Amino acid sequence: MNAAFAAGDRVKVRRAYPPGHVRTPYYIRGVTGIIERILDAFPNPEEKAYGRSGAPNQRLYRVRFRQVDVWPDYQGLPGDTVDIEIYQHWLEPA
Amino acid sequence: MRGYHDLGGLPAGPVDRSEHEYAPWEKRVHALLALLSAPSRNLVCTDELRRGIESLGEAEYDRLSYYERWITSITNILLQKGVFTTDELGRKLAEIEQREAKES
Repeated sequence: MNAAFAAGDRVKVRRAYPPGHVRTPYYIRGVTGIIERILDAFPNPEEKAYGRSGAPNQRLYRVRFRQVDVWPDYQGLPGDTVDIEIYQHWLEPA
Repeated sequence: MRGYHDLGGLPAGPVDRSEHEYAPWEKRVHALLALLSAPSRNLVCTDELRRGIESLGEAEYDRLSYYERWITSITNILLQKGVFTTDELGRKLAEIEQREAKES
């Protein structure tokens, strides 16, 4: 699958709560970050979790978030960031 | 809804970073998953294992140890896929219990 986003794009993590096995951490849903890099495409683990093939492959991205955007009460340096690897279907343009 | 396993950002105690020995049965469970997920068998993949663990229910998840969660999830998946029946499993467990009772 082609990458819908490029490095540097601003993206927002979808605020969704599907059942099953989901690899997008709860705390990052609804938060906006920047594509740090494009990774490979992999079978969708949410589908594989139900014994299916996971086709078509989903593009994976490393997304960088500012800690102050993730945690309202963040006490560290304002430039601190956290990188999370997130599948394309969890991201929308921001 | 937040999954009970999805703890990022919640208050928690310090992480126990000490190394510990794994019991032989724990190593066996790990090896079992490797064999079941091998491409030649493709019976249980990591994502299925995780789904099983993440749907045990919070009380059961907290009660079980790490590899107890694994073997419970693996067992459920193999039952669902018809690799063995509940009756076969029940009889085998009873057989092992009797054998261990004799040995001890």
